[in-house]
Amino acid sequence: MDYQVNKKGYYGEFGGAYIPEMMVPNIEELENRYMEIIQSYDFKQEFVSLLKNYAGRPSPLYFAKRLSEKYQSNIFLKREDLNHTGSHKINNTIGQILVAKKLGKTRIIAETGAGQHGLATATVCALMGLKCIVYMGAVDVERQAPNVKKMRMLGAEVISAVSGNQTLKDATNEAMRDWINNPIDTFYIIGSVVGPHPYPDMVARFQSVISEEMRWQLDEQVGRENPDRIIACVGGGSNAAGAFYHYLDQEGVELIGVEAAGKGIDTSETAATITLGTPGVLHSSRSFLMQTDDGQIIEPYSISAGLDYPGIGPLHAHLFKTGRAKYLWATDAEVLDAALELTQLEGIIPALESAHALAVLPKIKLSPEEITVINISGRGDKDMETYLKHFGY
Amino acid sequence: MNRINKLFQNKHERILSVYFTAGYPKLDDTVPVIQELVKNGVDLIEIGMPFSDPVADGPVIQGSSLVALQNGMSVHKLFDQLKDIRQSVDIPLILMGYINPVIQFGVDAFCQKCREVGIDGLIIPDLPLAVYEEEYKAIFEVNNLHNIFLITPQTSDDRLRRIDEASSGFIYMVSSNSTTGAKEGVTDFQNVYFERISKFGLKNPRLIGFGISSAETFRNACNYAHGAIIGSAFVKALGTDLPLNEKVSQFVKTIATEV
Ligand SMILES: Cc1ncc(COP(=O)(O)O)c(C=O)c1O
Repeated sequence: MDYQVNKKGYYGEFGGAYIPEMMVPNIEELENRYMEIIQSYDFKQEFVSLLKNYAGRPSPLYFAKRLSEKYQSNIFLKREDLNHTGSHKINNTIGQILVAKKLGKTRIIAETGAGQHGLATATVCALMGLKCIVYMGAVDVERQAPNVKKMRMLGAEVISAVSGNQTLKDATNEAMRDWINNPIDTFYIIGSVVGPHPYPDMVARFQSVISEEMRWQLDEQVGRENPDRIIACVGGGSNAAGAFYHYLDQEGVELIGVEAAGKGIDTSETAATITLGTPGVLHSSRSFLMQTDDGQIIEPYSISAGLDYPGIGPLHAHLFKTGRAKYLWATDAEVLDAALELTQLEGIIPALESAHALAVLPKIKLSPEEITVINISGRGDKDMETYLKHFGY
Repeated sequence: MNRINKLFQNKHERILSVYFTAGYPKLDDTVPVIQELVKNGVDLIEIGMPFSDPVADGPVIQGSSLVALQNGMSVHKLFDQLKDIRQSVDIPLILMGYINPVIQFGVDAFCQKCREVGIDGLIIPDLPLAVYEEEYKAIFEVNNLHNIFLITPQTSDDRLRRIDEASSGFIYMVSSNSTTGAKEGVTDFQNVYFERISKFGLKNPRLIGFGISSAETFRNACNYAHGAIIGSAFVKALGTDLPLNEKVSQFVKTIATEV
């Protein structure tokens, strides 16, 4: 089975570049040049060096002893939360800003939900001295206030998107409109494995450092490169794509993505796109979407601002369709329990998004010999207000 | 013969095409708006199918789309409303919208419905040329529908030729690098682009759209193309409180006194 993108930009029947003519020159340029750029010696040198010396990679692979005891199995945590800026998002923004520079762009735009991608983008823009504009849904500006302040301190302009449900989808619409209106000097740093080809492939490649490290770290710690199972949360799906990437062809490794079920998959307040969605085109690619019979996009809901997206990257649609990966879901309530559990068993406060991956532990069968790696995509600092409100500390 | 071709055969300049969003301002305004536009002498009408996430549109059309959807507009509803339109209207009618609602309706079924009610062409900004040619062209042609492609100031010569080759009705020249309605007035940069395209030797006729909002911008566009398309400015006028017939007639008069 082939899980890589094909020449036309599709993973099986998913993906493509359904872009308006106004975006064609930029997307064609990127499509024609991204592979040559990211495979060049110069790029690789700079990328690897920044990941190591700036972002703090490799991120540790940590054997979670007390969590393992509780679930009577062997659970490792891939600590993306320990990266600079607190999540996996920095892997991608370092890669894309280097591409933007090679293309001679001077103005950077980005969308953000939880603010982690916006923060990671504002950070690399400060590092490279480039102008940065971050679009963020007005609701998310409220609920992720600490990240908004950090972005502003880093010199980014944060523009509040007031259309639609005022969350991640609307921020993405605004970023695309900005690019249409500023096609010459601007580069759009997309925050997940979504958008028109070649973004899903490019972002997956930048995030693939997660599974690349997992292989040698596991080999070092347990004497084999392959775990039995990898679990990651999926919003657009970039941390999951990175955690799965080098294991896609290792069919013996079970891959599990966890979607945000919000208040439950039988309610209208949910973001479980693969569980509830149907195929369609949003943000220039064909994938699963939450939509009405008329093809209007349904506004999603999740307690976590990074997962309430009504689509999913086309790679994941393909992995689901082919059965290579399984997609489970976790509700807000399960997620809060899981976050508290990790905090009190291991002394690690995870991001709400990452807690979705932890929340399925009670729902799956784990045996004592098995090794499971859970990708902790980010840390919980940005979610403290939500946690405090629910736990009442 | 397709009504779009007939129009361009009979009229070579100052063609006025008007866009509005179906189901706006009221759900059942779709047909009355078309009829009033015809009464006031416009040459071609683009009926917008509202979409929840119109990335190529500026605030005015985003707003009208939202209202139309809240009013209960849908593709099914639109075909219902247009069922008898050809009993009262003979100018060319085009549907304009995003690809996802078309896919959900079913591309075949959608094109057949277009033929049944008497639609002459489609403008689907997020349907790329390559996908159109591979998957849609045959279905469009069977149903006598012209696919109208956009070009922009950034479109390369090579791509212009390919788009010209693939086009059969007219070419939609986006007036600047922008979403709909975004930029006011005319710049020198635009006129250089208009000039380049008018001398390029395209085989298809051209209409200029995006940012055409006044008699002056309309007149200027007509100097470089067969006519122009007005969208956001008309939708804005539809949003005012006057009776519908007055809104439409006043608006058309301000744009093109001698249409
Ligand atoms: C910590 C964290 N994890 C996960 C996500 C979801 O994104 P993705 O599915 O692309 O990894 C986000 C997005 O904001 C995030 O901040």
